Amino acid sequence: MTEKESKKKSVFESAIPPFEAVGVVCAQSIGEPGTQMTMRTFHFAGVAEHVPTGLPRLIEIVDAKKEPKKPIIDMYLKKAYAKDQDAAEKVARDLSAVFVSDVARVEDDLASLSIDIIFSEKDAKAQGVTFNMVKKALEEFSPDLKIADNVITLKPAKAVKETKTPKKPKAKKEGDAAATVAEPTATKEKKITAKYVRKLSQKVRDAIVKGIDGIFRAVVIKGEGEYFIRAAGFNVTGAILNEAIDPDRVYTNNLKEIERVYGIEAARKAIIKEINDVMDLQKLSVDIRHIMLIADAMTTCGQIKPIGRHGLSGEKVGVLGRAAFEETIKHLINASAFGEEEKLIGVTENIIVGQTVPVGTGKIKLVMKNKKHK
Amino acid sequence: MNTNASPEIRKVFDKLKFSLFSPEMGRKMSAAKIVVPDTYDDDGYPIDGGLVDTRLGVVDPGLRCKTCGGRVKECPGHFGHIELVRPIIHVEFAKHIYYVLKSTCLSCHQILGNKVKSVDELEPEIIEVAPAAVALPSSGASIAPLTGSSEGVDATDVAQKAAIVDKKTKKEKAPKKCDHCGVDVPEIKLLKPTTYFKDKDMMLPTEVRDALAAITDDNLRELGFDPLYSRPEWMIITALPVPPVNVRPSITLETGERSEDDLTHKLVDIIRINQKLEANINAGAPQLIIEDLWELLQYHVTTYFDNETANIPPARHRSGRPLKTLAQRLKGKEGRFRYNLSGKRVNFSARTVISPDPRLRMDEVGVPLPIAEELTIPLQITEWNLEYCKTLVMAEAYPKAIYIIRTDLRRMKVGETAEMRKEQADGLKVGWTLERQIMDGDIALFNRQPSLHRISMMAHEIRVLPGKTFRLNPVVVSPYNADFDGDEMNLHILQTPEAQAEARYLMKVEKQILSPRHGHAIIKPQEDHVSGLYFLTHDETSFAKEQATNLLYSVGITELPDPDVAGKRYSGKLLFSLLLPDDISLKVKSKLGEEIVIKNGKLVKGAIESKAMEGELLEKIFLMHGPEYTRAFIDSSTRLALQSVSIYGLSVSLKDYTLSPKADEKVAEILSKMNREVENLIMQFKSRSLERSPGMSLKETLEGMIMQITSRTREDVGKLVESDLGITNPSIIMAKIGARGSLLNAIQMSALVAQQSVRSKRLTRGYKKRILPYYKPGSLAAAERGFVFASFHTGLNPGEYMFHSMGGREALVNTAIRTARSGYMQRRLINALQDLVVFQDKTVRNADMSIVQFIYGGDAKDPMFASKAELVESTKQDDVDTA
Repeated sequence: MTEKESKKKSVFESAIPPFEAVGVVCAQSIGEPGTQMTMRTFHFAGVAEHVPTGLPRLIEIVDAKKEPKKPIIDMYLKKAYAKDQDAAEKVARDLSAVFVSDVARVEDDLASLSIDIIFSEKDAKAQGVTFNMVKKALEEFSPDLKIADNVITLKPAKAVKETKTPKKPKAKKEGDAAATVAEPTATKEKKITAKYVRKLSQKVRDAIVKGIDGIFRAVVIKGEGEYFIRAAGFNVTGAILNEAIDPDRVYTNNLKEIERVYGIEAARKAIIKEINDVMDLQKLSVDIRHIMLIADAMTTCGQIKPIGRHGLSGEKVGVLGRAAFEETIKHLINASAFGEEEKLIGVTENIIVGQTVPVGTGKIKLVMKNKKHK
Repeated sequence: MNTNASPEIRKVFDKLKFSLFSPEMGRKMSAAKIVVPDTYDDDGYPIDGGLVDTRLGVVDPGLRCKTCGGRVKECPGHFGHIELVRPIIHVEFAKHIYYVLKSTCLSCHQILGNKVKSVDELEPEIIEVAPAAVALPSSGASIAPLTGSSEGVDATDVAQKAAIVDKKTKKEKAPKKCDHCGVDVPEIKLLKPTTYFKDKDMMLPTEVRDALAAITDDNLRELGFDPLYSRPEWMIITALPVPPVNVRPSITLETGERSEDDLTHKLVDIIRINQKLEANINAGAPQLIIEDLWELLQYHVTTYFDNETANIPPARHRSGRPLKTLAQRLKGKEGRFRYNLSGKRVNFSARTVISPDPRLRMDEVGVPLPIAEELTIPLQITEWNLEYCKTLVMAEAYPKAIYIIRTDLRRMKVGETAEMRKEQADGLKVGWTLERQIMDGDIALFNRQPSLHRISMMAHEIRVLPGKTFRLNPVVVSPYNADFDGDEMNLHILQTPEAQAEARYLMKVEKQILSPRHGHAIIKPQEDHVSGLYFLTHDETSFAKEQATNLLYSVGITELPDPDVAGKRYSGKLLFSLLLPDDISLKVKSKLGEEIVIKNGKLVKGAIESKAMEGELLEKIFLMHGPEYTRAFIDSSTRLALQSVSIYGLSVSLKDYTLSPKADEKVAEILSKMNREVENLIMQFKSRSLERSPGMSLKETLEGMIMQITSRTREDVGKLVESDLGITNPSIIMAKIGARGSLLNAIQMSALVAQQSVRSKRLTRGYKKRILPYYKPGSLAAAERGFVFASFHTGLNPGEYMFHSMGGREALVNTAIRTARSGYMQRRLINALQDLVVFQDKTVRNADMSIVQFIYGGDAKDPMFASKAELVESTKQDDVDTA
């Protein structure tokens, strides 16, 4: 055999056979190692603790959760800043959101219905925050500020702005902060109560003095030949407003955010990367083709679709297939209400009616010419 | 039924249509109108017009169905119906009815707010919404973080986009007035489960039905219905179908008492209330009483469909157990769909305990004789095997035929006596089929649950053996993830030539040596095989002629090569090389750091260990020489390995884990140093002079640093143990060559168990500020926070034992949780991806032919063989030269 021939042969033999059920093989290749994965969490120094890895993270990815449990954002810098650690540190400081509670002690004085904010020079200096910045942040709440030394006494404004307060007290969810920022509506005179002061003092604590909401605890990390910034949170659009950040090189483990900012192709790549990272970290090898297939399946429709009844499985064509997965009754009822047709093109559907499945050898029909005997 | 005895006509389903039954249709298909709320009379005979009316089919032997005349197993059963005196809402369709009511006008029955706009009117809307939809596919909320930033370069742009999204997501308000007739639209409300309100007034089902019935076909089509198959008024029941008795058979208890099915009970309730309602209406009872009864009837019909409907109490059996009604029968893991329809049961299968047998080939399975006698394979009688078939029929014991199937599909059992069998054998005709017992060499599928991947089910050749367990070569346990501590496995005998051929060509064990998950070997020498190969191929290993002959004989080599070691001895490398194909050459760095060189099928340098074996050698042989060759190679090399490991012997004793006094001293030294360091840190922590690490509290800093010290201690001790036990220690050998265990096992047995942890932190839980009551509260010292100073050899003290159990408990809990979670994830993955198939044009498509990938994996390569092209090339280029 010549070299060319043997090459040709090996290429042919390594090709994927037609009608191979690549979907099932992919699902098995990703699902089977799931049983071997550890549930240990990961630690990013200074940025976040208990970042899920292994099975919990894998489930998070295929679920296409709106927000990962511990969002992390990596921001690479433009060339002018990338080599300079001090410059990078400065950018990191500019980005990190600093709360009032980080630079001051907030105490509510229920007797006089006011809130004392005791400014800490030392903490503020570390965070690069000035007294005036805190004052400015506080003015958002009430113009009635009395300043004595390091203490700002905030008296809630007489005309309390009726706010669309969310039903639940604001959960201290990072990144979510901005989403729940209440928007003021009609002004309404309301009596200031101790309860209100209590609530307000919590809001004062969580008020942002400096930095970008959705980027927390930024840390400079030495990467390959350059410095980059890693932080908790995922506000990509906020981050790229900083002129030092290279907008083409910002990454977050929040897949939905990547989809929103960089588009579906980027999201697909991010899914591949995230699954690959999980597998690598567990020292499990899974062929990239499987991971690509799952990422493609999740993104072909132009949006990240979760694996499960609210995503891919819930939108399958076959009624029987959907009914056999989850929410049996719902699918049967809807099918009959709208006179749906079951075309029996899927695997489950054909198993249900007892026919060969349309994958692999089941897709091939053999016709034999019957020669007459003798 | 036999499938290949004759060409039978099989029905093929093309499609199924789901639809609603109209009341007329329900009556038309009804075999009997059911009016009596009872089942059997005093004589135990079905009551006419009762719920087990013989027109609905029969379940009692001896009776005949009045509709089709069939007996118990012949009659498929027939539907009956109950004529409800007042219409009843079908719970499951309550939502659908609600939406139809809400979107149509109750007076003119046109669709609300649906006056057709001209194209000019529509256009601006489309232009306005489209760009927003493209730019922001996710919902409006996710735009919010943007507005948080103050110095917005494109803030206005963002605000604009947000506004568009807002507009898009805002619900269109329901029109106040009907566009068509100008009547005020009342507010329709659904009080779950089945009550409708028009503004504040309750709508009776009759009113609802009239409203729905008046909607024209065209309007229904616009609402998404197909009026031919489903009209909304059919969602309101007037003629309730009664399922045939076959669906709800009654059970006769030993006492002779009959116990009816839950569905029958429910139907009895429905008829009873229906009759009562009818009587009251006829008697002209007050409206209030009629409505009460009507509602009661509604309740019974509702629970008849779904007894877990929200907001209503479930109907209960006399014993207090909630009834299992229609929805419950279909739903969930034990429901009709997942349990019966997706989960088929099979014949020709067997299950028993597995045990190892290294003398079998890896593609064989040892089947116990009692099982082999039971399982059969169809055998077509041809003119060429007629004589053989006759001997099978006449045989008295094991390899014999059990059934004879004639061309008319009649099956006859092979006779008990020799004369009968002789007669049957003489009567055999070409074209008939025998069902003979399985024999050596037949193909069978072998499977172990959980079947997490396709290699959990592989085709083996049968080898009938005495005993009662399935035997398998230990080299194939890894794909099945089996061990021999009582595991059971299943065996399936394939019944058609097509299936057998497919199994042989696609599912045979040797075809699965490489895993489709990563393209690396999954069936490979393991544990003792690796140890054996290491001993065999070790530099110092050599055998006298007799030993060498024995070794080679075990793998079927009967010609002795020339001795290559002084004193007419044979080196292990030489013997191993005899198994290698001539064209293989490779050079790898072994786990022990030395170089392993194979040149032209001769092991020149280095001792084989796990990495060399599986990684390079096995895969290379597989890709170059194919499955059968590799199978033979694995079989013979493992056999050789086991022979040599039994020559060398590999065992451990307590002595192997006793450190030298000197090493013991050193361990104590390392530990006291660790203690000092930890104490020191705690002091610093208490005096607050410890420097805080970024992003951590002082306590966290301390814990982190202590963890570092304890893990470093273990590493230090590890090095000590490794050198003290030495490379001759069996545990160390096994760990180093990758046969079994790790260095950690040796450390824990001989030196110290070291830090125990829960949630990767030192132990903290237990009593207040301490783990056990005899520790000082608040102490942070290593000994009181889960550090085990003892080794398994010396034995743990009670406190340490507790620590170790705490760590062990976490591991157990985690495994339990993990299996459940990963099982569900895999079910979802499989369900989402099961229809994806590669086509001839290399595209990956879904069941509906929509394309998911244009070229599978970007290069249309099989993950299993992805490295093949490279490998074949690399052997050409990589001409190994030995120094």
